[in-house]
Amino acid sequence: MRSFALRFVVAIAIAVLLVILALPLVALLVRVSPGALWHYVRQPIVVEALKLSLLTSVIATIAVVVLGVPVAYLLATHHFRGKRLVEVLVELPIVLPPTVAGVGLLLAFGRAGIAGRILSAAGISIPFTTLAVVIAQLFVATPYFIAAVVAGLREVEPRYRDVAMTLRATPLHVFRRVLLPIALPSVLAGAAMSWARALGEFGATITFAGNLMGRTQTMPLAVYSALQTDLDSAVALAVLLILFSFAILAGLRFAPWGAAIGGKERNARGRRR
Amino acid sequence: MIAARQFPAQAHPPTTLTVFAAASLTAAFNEIADTLRHRDPGLAVAFNYAGSQALALQIEQGAPADVFASADDHWMTVVKDSGAVKGEPAIFAHNHLVVIVPKANPGHVRTLQDLARPGVKLVLADAAVPVGHYARVTIAALEKVQGFSAGYADNVIARVVSNEDNVKGVVAKVQLGEADAGIVYVSDVTPAVAGAVTQIAIPEAANAVADYPIAVLRRSTSAAAQAFVDLVLSPTGQGVLARNGFIPVRTPH
Repeated sequence: MRSFALRFVVAIAIAVLLVILALPLVALLVRVSPGALWHYVRQPIVVEALKLSLLTSVIATIAVVVLGVPVAYLLATHHFRGKRLVEVLVELPIVLPPTVAGVGLLLAFGRAGIAGRILSAAGISIPFTTLAVVIAQLFVATPYFIAAVVAGLREVEPRYRDVAMTLRATPLHVFRRVLLPIALPSVLAGAAMSWARALGEFGATITFAGNLMGRTQTMPLAVYSALQTDLDSAVALAVLLILFSFAILAGLRFAPWGAAIGGKERNARGRRR
Repeated sequence: MIAARQFPAQAHPPTTLTVFAAASLTAAFNEIADTLRHRDPGLAVAFNYAGSQALALQIEQGAPADVFASADDHWMTVVKDSGAVKGEPAIFAHNHLVVIVPKANPGHVRTLQDLARPGVKLVLADAAVPVGHYARVTIAALEKVQGFSAGYADNVIARVVSNEDNVKGVVAKVQLGEADAGIVYVSDVTPAVAGAVTQIAIPEAANAVADYPIAVLRRSTSAAAQAFVDLVLSPTGQGVLARNGFIPVRTPH
């Protein structure tokens, strides 16, 4: 009886989530014909937007990893005053509406902004540039990466680190040869999630970087611009973005080293046994 | 329960009215709604302000609106052709364009000719947004005015750094000092904005006139819908529009 109730609850949960998460995607997919997709994939607006999205999201993800790993290491392995507060601050961009993030970025790095004023005096202006797109993506994507890597590093058995330390390994050596290899699946999973978030970024980008084809108009902005005039072309662009994202996320998973992303799951199962 | 306590004297539930209006109408329509609420305290008016193109799409997709006020004929015609309009739309106001630059004038834009200068950061609304369309028409017309060189229009368009999805986005970027210049409706330079920007007038010969049509929508069941449209077209409504920088179609009150 209990098992029936459990199965019933699981079935209901799956059904509800399928309707809410999958149905909108299916609705987009069934609305466009392959012929229409082929037509749109050759349009300059789409080609430019896809190129720009790929370029900016990859640069943003690399920056997230390079800057995020040291911070995650610090948060996972060290204890210091105000650490809880730092953790909350790092997570804050997740709850911030992206448009608000865009206004904040303008007030900080805009021409009249706090830091922007200094940059402006040096002849550097960030808004309306491709760099602004990358910064907006970095802002929204970093928390996902840090959260994933901190969780991964914390799962590493403390005694591995202790053993390495008693063998007189330097902290850097311990990090590179012990912590990082074990936490690698989390790093890859975090990077994939950050990349996905960067690729879908809209609100902060249109507010901080503006909307100009070839320079700041990424795929989500192109979809939105198309929606202003023509629902069908907007849907076609949205489907292209979905297929593009799916291809890259699936490619990451099925690549030789991509097994590492799923590896964490196996580790966890192994430990339970 | 709570509703009953809030409206103890009311025999029937309060009337609601949903108005979809072009973003440029925000201040004027809020004021007109206040007048209507004053006459009928039980009335709840909800506004959806956005670019006319976005509103037209939402109405076509079945959004529950009672009244649609567009910033141009094009999007009203699109909605009318989809069968969503009850009766005939009426033009209730006109609007002109103006160039605005931040008070600090970081791009040193003092004349319309300056808009063509390399390095100037111009922000327009997207060509699909009525004000973006009018801005492009005006820029093209300026080229033919005396004192403007050949190639002026192309040069100005090359200075565009962002195509915003509605006119208030253009205003915000100029107000924040991020854009060197923007082209908006005269009515967008509200008292709140006027302090932060300098205006550069556009000669009448080249200035595109925006026509604003309004209509009650077919699916509307609100008795207040026609009352709202009538008020907008009345001397009182026309007066509110005139005070907010619009050109009224009738003698305002």
